[in-house]
Order: sequence, then structure tokens, then C-alpha cells
Amino acid sequence: MSMTRDIPAPAPRRRMPQSLIAARNIVAFLTRSPTSLFGLVVLALLILVALFAPLIATHDPYAQDLQATLQPPSGTHFFGTDELGRDIFSRLVHGSRITLTIISLVTVVVGPLGLFFGTVAGYFGGKVDTVLMRITDIFLSFPSLILSLAFVAALGPSLNNAIIAIALTAWPPIARLARAETLTFRQADYISAARLQGASAARIIWKSIVPMCLPSVTIRLTLNMATVILTAAGLGFLGLGAQPPLPEWGAMIATGRRYMIDSWWLVTFPGIAILCVSLAFNLLGDGLRDALDPKQMNKR
Amino acid sequence: MRLDRRRLNGIAEQGISIFVTLFGLLILTFVIGRIMPVDPVRAIVGEDATREVYETVYRQLGLDKPMWQQFLLYLRDVVTLDFGTSIRTGQPVLQDIARVLPATIELATFAILIGAGLGTPLGVIAAVNKDRWPDQLIRVISLMGHSMPIFWTGMIALLVFYANLGWVGGSGRMSQFYIGLVPERTNFLLIDSALAGEWEVFRSAINHIILPAALLGYSSSAYITRMTRSFMLDQLGQEYVTTARVKGLSRRQTVWRHAFGNIRVQLVTIVALAYGALLEGAVLIETVFAWPGFGQYLTSNLLIGDMNAVMTCVLIVGVIFIGLNILSDILYRVFDPRTR
Amino acid sequence: MDPVLDIQRLSIRYAGAPAPAVRDVSFTLGRERLGIVGESGSGKSTVGRAIMRLLDTAEITADRMQFEEVDLHNAPERQMLDVRGKRMSMILQDPKFSLNPIQRCGHQIAEAYRTHVKCSKSEARARAIAMLEQVHIRDPERVYDLYPHEVSGGMGQRVMIAMMLLTDPDLVIADEPTSALDVTVRLQVLRILDGLVRDKGIGLIMISHDLNLVRAFCDRVLIMYAGRVVEALDARDLDNAQHPYSRGLLAAQPRIGGTREPLPVLARQDSWLEPLEAQA
Repeated sequence: MSMTRDIPAPAPRRRMPQSLIAARNIVAFLTRSPTSLFGLVVLALLILVALFAPLIATHDPYAQDLQATLQPPSGTHFFGTDELGRDIFSRLVHGSRITLTIISLVTVVVGPLGLFFGTVAGYFGGKVDTVLMRITDIFLSFPSLILSLAFVAALGPSLNNAIIAIALTAWPPIARLARAETLTFRQADYISAARLQGASAARIIWKSIVPMCLPSVTIRLTLNMATVILTAAGLGFLGLGAQPPLPEWGAMIATGRRYMIDSWWLVTFPGIAILCVSLAFNLLGDGLRDALDPKQMNKR
Repeated sequence: MRLDRRRLNGIAEQGISIFVTLFGLLILTFVIGRIMPVDPVRAIVGEDATREVYETVYRQLGLDKPMWQQFLLYLRDVVTLDFGTSIRTGQPVLQDIARVLPATIELATFAILIGAGLGTPLGVIAAVNKDRWPDQLIRVISLMGHSMPIFWTGMIALLVFYANLGWVGGSGRMSQFYIGLVPERTNFLLIDSALAGEWEVFRSAINHIILPAALLGYSSSAYITRMTRSFMLDQLGQEYVTTARVKGLSRRQTVWRHAFGNIRVQLVTIVALAYGALLEGAVLIETVFAWPGFGQYLTSNLLIGDMNAVMTCVLIVGVIFIGLNILSDILYRVFDPRTR
Repeated sequence: MDPVLDIQRLSIRYAGAPAPAVRDVSFTLGRERLGIVGESGSGKSTVGRAIMRLLDTAEITADRMQFEEVDLHNAPERQMLDVRGKRMSMILQDPKFSLNPIQRCGHQIAEAYRTHVKCSKSEARARAIAMLEQVHIRDPERVYDLYPHEVSGGMGQRVMIAMMLLTDPDLVIADEPTSALDVTVRLQVLRILDGLVRDKGIGLIMISHDLNLVRAFCDRVLIMYAGRVVEALDARDLDNAQHPYSRGLLAAQPRIGGTREPLPVLARQDSWLEPLEAQA
């Protein structure tokens, strides 16, 4: 213990505040543009609602009340009730947890996976590159929804399988991007310097290349989240994602469809929720691109 | 001479890469087909078949053979275009798909016309007015199109424009009333009805296609707008644009005659990709609009686990995607004098 | 003779920039050849583009910006469309970037003519081909149909010159017209430009960082530093420049037969920002 206290460790101590400052700068930049601000607010709201869902919801999202089916919006049921008398507002609130779960799981899988394939392919080049990029090309030659459909069909319809399917289809663009970024850094002098010092390939990739790829990968992930949400909702709508009675927004629209003509609120509110969250991610990704792109920052 | 050889090499390289991608596609569909929880034998013989019948079919399907032999069998089937029969319709899958695909292509083509017709000028306007209010407005409009769950927008649009306002036709490709009236020659309803001179059917078909096509078009215009904008911004910063202005061309002439001409090539690629992405939206919008196309065929087979049909659909979508990529490559070469 | 161009106290500030890029630049131009020299970022190109009114977002102030009877500072864009390309034009630096890559060279030249003169396509074509001959292109019919990437840099720049002189302008601004070219063709291109300018009696502003080039091809020279004109003098007096910055520039030139000592570098001083009159 005393040993470590004697040796000053400036690197990590200096880096932490710096990255914090960077994060603060980015947030400050984002709040200046009204569209990105909207994105930030909606996402913050989504997280808060998901965290405190039981406190915010006015009813049990699964509690049926056959006396009060298809009630229009009112003081007791803000967004009305569905065909089984369940409170739509409460279901939406609890549904935000499902949305957040999908987003976080997909990010956790797709980010590292894409970064790994992309940086390895880009750093080693040659045969490794050819093989890895062929694989991504094959995945990229399908529209993501169709491929997710095929995977879900194979694995059986459920929320977990939908998440797996989406993650399986969402990594190739990230890998492509990470590879392109890596190719631009690979020849840089500081990479050669690290190599000459005897750093292993794994260390160079992890310490020098991955951090350089992170900004663009983050932007891409954010923009992709919009697509992920829409794909998840689409799977739910087709009955291949979250299964009833789970309050997943896409599935809610699917069941509400039958009562749409007389009870507009069944489909309207879940749809608006999906639209808002996916729009928020798009606006935020757009704003992040402006914030993190040095070329745009320096423009006069 | 040398240039020719280089081009030949390029073509050979591309041919190999297409071949490898196709092969990978087959592996992927094969693997997905194998991990299916649905028992393919049960799906054919039914729940209460005897053990012997089950065994026979099991062997007929080649399921007793090792994996690689099964894959070779699958390859043989694909090469001979034998995709098996659909359990749901009892027809050869390929025949089914040939029947439903035109409906989707008709819808997607109509949609891409709307999408490109809307997205391109919007993108140019946004680029010319970068960071001013038209740019901001167009950004929100296009991100909106990118963010809407199209199945939901489709339902709302049906509710408003069909149920409430009655401006357009409802579900399906034409009014129930006209079904069977037009002989099916190409299965493209607009063409068939025009060929038959049935202009009322033609009108009804237009009336039905306009809403789903507009929604699909709007969602794809989002992508086209954003890409057009960024391409245009690249070009507007180029020196030849200054040259054009120095010559005394107005800003409008500079933008459309010079800068826009230089993004045509990239635009073609983008529109081709957007067309492929439309197929994805079509799966959802066809469900909402009861459009008897490829997407509906795919989803209805998915739900009952008709794997022959599903895997063939996936394979065909993959092939269409690869085809579009090749097409955009070729167009690139035709349009850009520098690659000739 | 009336001056072609009269600029008094021209200042330019780019949108969002903290300091003006050009400050209080004044000069007049007759039917003569004026060189503007200075290092990168000294504002010389900005002056040229401001005269062409190409800086849409920059903030421009001037006591006077007169081109013949046109008030450049206040003329509406509609009037400028009639001036640009017809009565004043500009030769840009690198034909690789300044020619439209997907249009044939000849078409681009003819467009310059057809923008200002109502005529048939074939007449514009004939004019363009005649002009290509004037810039010493041997096979103009063939070059007319070539794309920019199919011609060499020197030929590309001659195409550019043909395009910009076709309408017989009174003023031509040449913005580093040869710095992107191979050394071997620089002189050839400059001689062609010089010959045409003399024959047609065009007022020429040659923007360059090359002192020797300006000395050889210009009548008068403005020396710019940090957005200001620090010294104005006749080209033949260039060696006797007084301003410390000009002297520094001259001293930093390599000479054949000179000593092999390292060339002196500029030791910048704040006082250089003052024009010559204020230099004690």
C-alpha cells in the first residue's frame, strides 16, 4: 500500500477529470441546440420513468378490469384502458423498462462485438481482414429487419430472442466503421512507436486504437438505437418479439389494432411513445455528430 | 491495354466477391434453417403419423445424413431452383413468390419515386441553406420520417385518410369489387389493368397504392435527404463551384447545373440502397394494409413456422440486395467519366 | 485614363472570426498589371474574392469599391451576375479542382460565353475553339471534347484562361495561377496569360507568393502582411523595398550563386503591422 502511495500515478488521475470535462463540454454543446436538447430530455425522461415505473404508474399494468374495458382517456385512466380494462398509461410506463432493457442489452453486445471485429480486421489487415469483412458483408447483405425475422423465426418468438436477433444484425455496420477508423490510424507514427517499444497487438488495439474509434462508434450506436427501437417494436407488432401480456409498445399496437376504429387511444399512445424515443435518439445522434466531429467544430 | 487488364481484374475480383457473398448467404440460411425449433418432419406428416411414416420422411429429407451432406443437398436444391413446397399453400415456394413479388415491387417502385422525388430537392435545399431555418426544418422533417414506426403511421394514416376523410382506398391492392376482373398477365396490377383497358380498376389501384407508397416513400426520403445534403455540402465547398460563379452563373444555376451534376453518381447508389431498405418497410406496411405481397407472405409463413418458404424469402431478399449493389456499381461506372 | 478598379479602405471579416482577415486595404488599378504578394493567410486571396463579390457570409466594409461605373459594395446580386464573368473574371489556382470534373472542357468554356451572350450552341463552340487556339492548344477540336481529368495541369490551366478571357473582360484576377503547376510549364502558361492581357488591354491583378514571378510579370506590386498592405511600389523597384517585412521576404529568397549559408528566416515584429509611412 505504501509503495503505491509513494509513486505518483498522474496518468489515471489526470485522465479521469479530463474525460469528465470532455463529457461536460459535449453535454453543454448539445444543450445549445434545441433539437439535441429535446433528445436529451426525452432520454432522461425515459430512464427516470423506467427506474421509477412502480411509483409513476397509477395502476398495475397487468390488472384486468372487465367492467372498464376500452375506456377513453379520463382522469382515472390518463390514456384510457385496453380491451381487457388494463390502464394504458401504466402499461406504457412499465413498457419503458422493456425498451430500456432492449437498448442497453443491444448496446452492451453490439458495441464491443463491432469494435472487436473492426479493430482486429483493420489492424491486422490481409487475410484476417478479408475473412472478417466478408462475414460482415454477408450480414450486411440483408436488411436488418428481415434477418432479425429469420433469426427470431429460428429461435422462437420471445423478447429475449428478439434482443439476440437484433444484436446479431446490428454489429456489422459498427464493425465496418471501426475498421475504417482503424485503417486511418494504423499507419500513424504513435502506433509504430508503440509497436517499436514492444507493445503487443492486443495492447496496441486496446490502448491506442479503441479509444480513437470510440467517438464515431458512439455516434453510430446512438443513431442505430433509433433503428433498434423500431426493429424491436416491429418484431413486437408482428408477434415475434415480446409476447402478451408484456406491455411492450409494439405488441400493444398489434393488439390495439383490432379496436382501432372505435378506440383510437389503444394504438395512438404507444405509437407516440415509440416515435418520441426513436426521434430522441436520432436527434441526439445528429447533435453528437456535430459535437464530436472536429472538422465541423473548426468551421468558420 | 494495361487499363483493360486492370478493369478485367477488377471485374474478376468483384465476381469472386459476389460469389463468396452468395455462398455465405446460403450457409447463413442453411444454419438458420437447422436451428429451427420446428420439427420439419412433424410439419409434413402431422402429429399422429406412425413411427414408420415418420422415419421414411426423415430419411427422405436427408436428416439422417451428416451436416455437410445435408448442406450439399441444400446447395443442389438451390442450384436447381428447387426450394420445396410451402406447407401453408401447398404450392412450390418459387411459384408462390413469383406470384406475390410483383405486388411488392409495384409498391416499392411507387414509393421510391416519391422518396427520391421528395428527398433529393429537400437535401439540396438543406445544403444550400446550411444552418439556417430551412436546413433545421428539413432536418426535423427527415429525422421524423426516419423515426416513425411505419406500421403505426400506416394505421393512423388509414384511420385518418381512409376511415375519416375517405380520400383514398383502404386495404388491399384494389376495391374488393374489382378482384378477378383483370386478367393476370404480369401481376403488376397497374400494368395489367392498363393493358386490359380497365381504367376504373387502374384508378382503384392508384387509389389504394398511394397511401402505403407515400408512407414508405416518406420514410425512405429521410435517408435520401440526409445523404443528399451531405453530398451537396461536399460539392459546394469545391473550387469548380467558385469557377461557375465567377463565370456569372446565378446561385441556382451553380447549384443545379454544376454541384448537383456531381452528386448524381452518389445519389444513384443511395437510391438503390434505399430501394433495398424499402423491402424491409414493406414487410410491416403490407401487414397493416393487407397488401398481398412478399412481406405479407413472409410474415404469415413465419408465424406458422413454414421454414421452406421463410428461408427462400430470406435468400431472395439477400439476392435482391446483392443485385442492387451490383447495379449501383455498374451505374456508378456508367455515370462517372473518371471511372470509364 | 480612369482607373478600372478603385478600392479604398477595404476591410473583411469572416462570419464568426474574431479578427478581420483584411484591414484597410486601398489601391487603384488601371489597364496595368498589379501584383499582390504576401505569405499564406495574409489576406491576398480574400481581397480577390471580395472584389468578385464571392464572399457571401463575410462582413465587408469599404469607403469605396468602384469597378468602372459599378459600385461593387452596393450592387445588387442581379447586377453582379452581369458583371461577373463578362467584365471581370478570375483564374483560380488548381485546374484539378477548379474545373468541373464531369463536364467536358469545351462545354465549360462555351458555357462562360453562353451565359452572357445570346447565341447558338455551334457559335459558342466555334468561339471556344478559337479561344483554345489563342491559348496555344494545338488540337483544340480534340481538347474541346476531353474531360478535365484527361488533360495535364498546364493544359487545364490554359483551358481555365481560355474560359475566363473568352468574354473580353476589363479586369482579370489571377489567384496563384501557376503555383499548382509543374515548374517546367509555369513560364509557358504565364507567357500566354501575359500576352493575352497585353493584347486585349486587360487590367490584371496577379495574386502570388512568388516575388520573382511578380517582378517579371507585373508593373506594380502590393505587399500584404497580416491583412494589411504594408508597402506598394513599382515592380522594378522591388529590390529597394523599404518596409522591414518586404526586406525580410527578399532576404529569404535563395539565389543562384549566393552563399551557402542558411537563408535568413523572418523574425516577426508587431511593428510590421504599421504601413510604410509610419515606419520610422
